Order: sequence, then C-alpha cells, then structure tokens
Amino acid sequence: MASLINCPYCGARTTDEFYIKGDATKARPTAIGDDTIDQWHDYVHIRENVRGRIAEYWHHTGGCRQWLVVQRDSVTHEVYGVTAARNWKPGSSPARKTASRKPPVRKAGGKR
Amino acid sequence: MKYSLLSLVRNASSGHQNWQPAWRSPDPKPHYDVIIIGGGGHGLSTAYYLAKVHGITNVAVLEKGYLGSGNIGRNTTIIRSNYLLPGNNPFYEKSLQLWEGLEQDFNFNAMVSQRGVINLYHSDGQRDAFIRRGNAMRMHGVDAEILDQHTLREMLPFLNFDNGRFPIMGGLMQRRGGTVRHDAVAWGYARGADSRGVDIIQHCEVTGIRRDAKGLVTGVDTTKGFIGCNKLGLAAAGNSTTVAKMAGLKLPIDSHVLQAFVSEGLKPWIDNVVTFGVGHFYISQSDKGGLVFGGDIDGYNSYAQRGNLPMVEHVIECGLAMIPSLSRARVLRAWGGIMDMSMDGSPIIDKTPIDNLYLNAGWCYGGFKATPASGWCFAHTIAKDAPHELNSQMRLDRFRTGYVMDETGHGAQANLH
Repeated sequence: MASLINCPYCGARTTDEFYIKGDATKARPTAIGDDTIDQWHDYVHIRENVRGRIAEYWHHTGGCRQWLVVQRDSVTHEVYGVTAARNWKPGSSPARKTASRKPPVRKAGGKR
Repeated sequence: MKYSLLSLVRNASSGHQNWQPAWRSPDPKPHYDVIIIGGGGHGLSTAYYLAKVHGITNVAVLEKGYLGSGNIGRNTTIIRSNYLLPGNNPFYEKSLQLWEGLEQDFNFNAMVSQRGVINLYHSDGQRDAFIRRGNAMRMHGVDAEILDQHTLREMLPFLNFDNGRFPIMGGLMQRRGGTVRHDAVAWGYARGADSRGVDIIQHCEVTGIRRDAKGLVTGVDTTKGFIGCNKLGLAAAGNSTTVAKMAGLKLPIDSHVLQAFVSEGLKPWIDNVVTFGVGHFYISQSDKGGLVFGGDIDGYNSYAQRGNLPMVEHVIECGLAMIPSLSRARVLRAWGGIMDMSMDGSPIIDKTPIDNLYLNAGWCYGGFKATPASGWCFAHTIAKDAPHELNSQMRLDRFRTGYVMDETGHGAQANLH
C-alpha cells in the first residue's frame, strides 16, 4: 500500500490516518420487505473480493473525517485514485474508470 | 516406510543416504473420485481422512505452489479450543483431541506441545466476559480455568502487571492448548495421505471448473491439463472466492492479509502461549528460541502475501505494552498470509448449491488450530454427501437465513473479526 493517500480535502496524508470500511461497489437496496431478502443478503454479505482493481470506502478518521472512495489494486497495492464518496455511484464497476482519472478537487473550506 | 527408532538406527548406520521422499510426485491421472483444490493443511488433512476414515483413496490434491507455501506455513502455530458458541466449540474441541493423538496417528513428529494458552484480562468487565467464556467451555467438557493476578505473577513475572492504562488483572487459561510445528503438519498429512494412495500434485494451478448441462462439476482445467472428477472440494483459503467464481459461486468472504513475526533466538523465557486482552497480541517461544508473535489483520482487502508498516508498528507497540523487556529483542523475520475472512468470523464447511461441489472456507485467521477437525469434517461431508454434526452449523446459507455464528458480535464487517 502506498504510504500516502491523496485525500481530496486534505492533500497527501499517511495511510494510518484512515479507517478502511471495505467494498464500495454494492448499491444499497432501496426496498424493504420479504421479497427483498436476496437483495439485502447480497448487499450485506456477498463480496466480489476481486483479485486486481477494487474500489473501497475509506474514512479519514485522523483528518477531515470525510468518507472517500479509494481505487487500488488488491494484489500490487497500487493506488489509482481517490474520490469523495459523495461523488461516487456504488454499483458502477471500478474497472470502467480509467487509471488516469483525476479525483475531483474540492476547495478547502467547503462543506465539512 | 514407518518412521521409528529402528528406521532411524538403520538409516544412521548407512550415513542417512537412503531416506526416501515422504511422498511421491505423480502426474495427474485423467479422472479421480474426489479432487481437492488446495494443498494446504485443510486440503491435505481432508485427503488423509477421506483415505483413512472413509476408504476413498482415488483422490487428488491440487496445489498451485509447493506444500507448505500457504497459510499452513505462515501462522503462529497456536492450537486451542477456547470458543464460546455452541456451533463452534465442539468442533474446535474435536480438533484439539485430534491434535493430541495426531503424531501417533500419522507417524510424524509434529512437535505438538500442550504448553497452555493464557488470555489476559485487564478490567472487571473483561474478566466477567472471560469467566463466561470459560464456563461455556466447561459446559462443553473443555478445560478452562481463571488465573488470578497473584498466580500469574509467579508464572509470568515479565508481564507489565502495573500498566497504568491496561493493568493485567488475571487470565483465562486452557492448559491443553499450545503450539505445533506447522510445516510438519502439512508434511505429516501429505505423507499419510500419499501412503494410502492419494495423489498430491504440486505446481498445478486450477484455471477453470467444468460443469455439464445439469450444472454438475465434471472436472477442472489446470496448468497440467484437464482432470475429471466425481466430486470436487474447495479448500483454497485466501483464494476461495477466486476458485468458487470458476463455478459461478459467490461467497460471503473478503481476503485480508495477516502478518506474523519471529525474533532472534533467545534462551527459554516464555513457557506458554500468552495473549494480550487489549490489542489482540499473541506470543509464544519456539523450540529454537525465537519469539513467534502476531496481532490483527492489516484491515484492507489484499491478495499480496506481505503486510505494511503501520500494522508492524501497532503489533510491536502492543507487545511492548504487555512485555516491556521485548524491546531488547530484535525481529528476525516478518511475513504475511492471505486470510479468507467470512462475514461472521466463523468458517464454512458445507455442501453448495451445486450437488457435487463442496466448500471449506472462511477460516479468518483461526484456520491452523482447526486443521485436523476441518479435514475430518470436510472428508465426512464429501464422503457421506452430508455434513457431520460437528460442522452442521457451519453452513453456507446461514448468512441469508440469519443463523450466523458471530463470536465477537461485530456484524458483517470482515476486517473486524
């Protein structure tokens, strides 16, 4: 893993400032009811656990406390990009984003 | 050849030039009754018990690397059965009982050492939780005792009892717990299985699982060609989801890296396995004198068999908080293994929605101690086409139905188990 993560709010910060929640590719089901159990089971328990490029929720607990989405490789630990979670659409495949995609930059002093 | 004092004398008299390999290296046959994917501890013990207990010897174990290259050679060698939940405890106790007779059973010196496992507690609340756990163990017929601080001071005088933040008040001890030489477990099971006719095929990576029109598994594509089978068992540890995907199966598992460490060799110092109740730190001393220790998983998905420095620092900080004199020891080696972290922290040994495909996965970082019972139960599940009572709650569908076995109560967050 890279030692530094480029937080869109704080800039380059060390990885141990962050808590890693995990998989950011699953969209939370919108409906509730007996006929949605399979959807919820899939959302809560089932993981693609991709060997290669993944997208994860990271929480900058030791900094701005914003939720981020970090795209990285689960084999090489290379980090491809960091996005603010609010700009992230779960359900979109991380493979579709290109490696050169820059994370959107938010101005310091923005909504926190 | 059976290893014995006689065989040792005979080979010594011929200058140790005539020892034979402990297992063959056969080419794969076109078809087997059972194929096990994964030549780690669990895969090898499964093959061993399939042959020994169930008489199924037309078996192949496929290993993509060499025997002992995965988690069986990357753990901190601890065995114990101090589990709380009814679905877990009898299984781990079976495992401990199998450890106790293992060396005689498979005629190999695995250096099983029942030196006792002590979990330290630091508060009244933690003491109560440990007493509850100890009582649950005793209700299952497992040995457990609470040691007070006075007893611990005599046994383990080097602990930091008066740590201002985390004073050590006592511990929960299982005397029958201990350590085992982990490589020898792989070798002993491999030799035992091989001598009963099982083919152990190393450097043979599975690249695909073939299924017929009804969905049943017909065999596997490998780097050594197609191999057919009647039944297929998955015991691929950190790569479980990757292999299961080849059969169209998605699992409630994330792969995480766990690091372990060993120090330079020291004179006999730490007699037991001791765990710190605060930071999840555990330590024992090997017969060579090295301190073997570890802590938590790094906390992020990984397939790389190496960890990162923040967790190295965290583990060593925990160690120093527990045993300040550790600061004088030097770390010799560190390594990482890939854990199949399930969503409730408990394993899966079960049939799957595919009738002749069987799954053994989700061991989190507790797989080593389970090696004998895991193989024993998985062999039963494959041979009888039904789970044994001991693994009857280790179901694949428990996540959907809500019957999870969450020892720590952390919920579906793999990196917290």
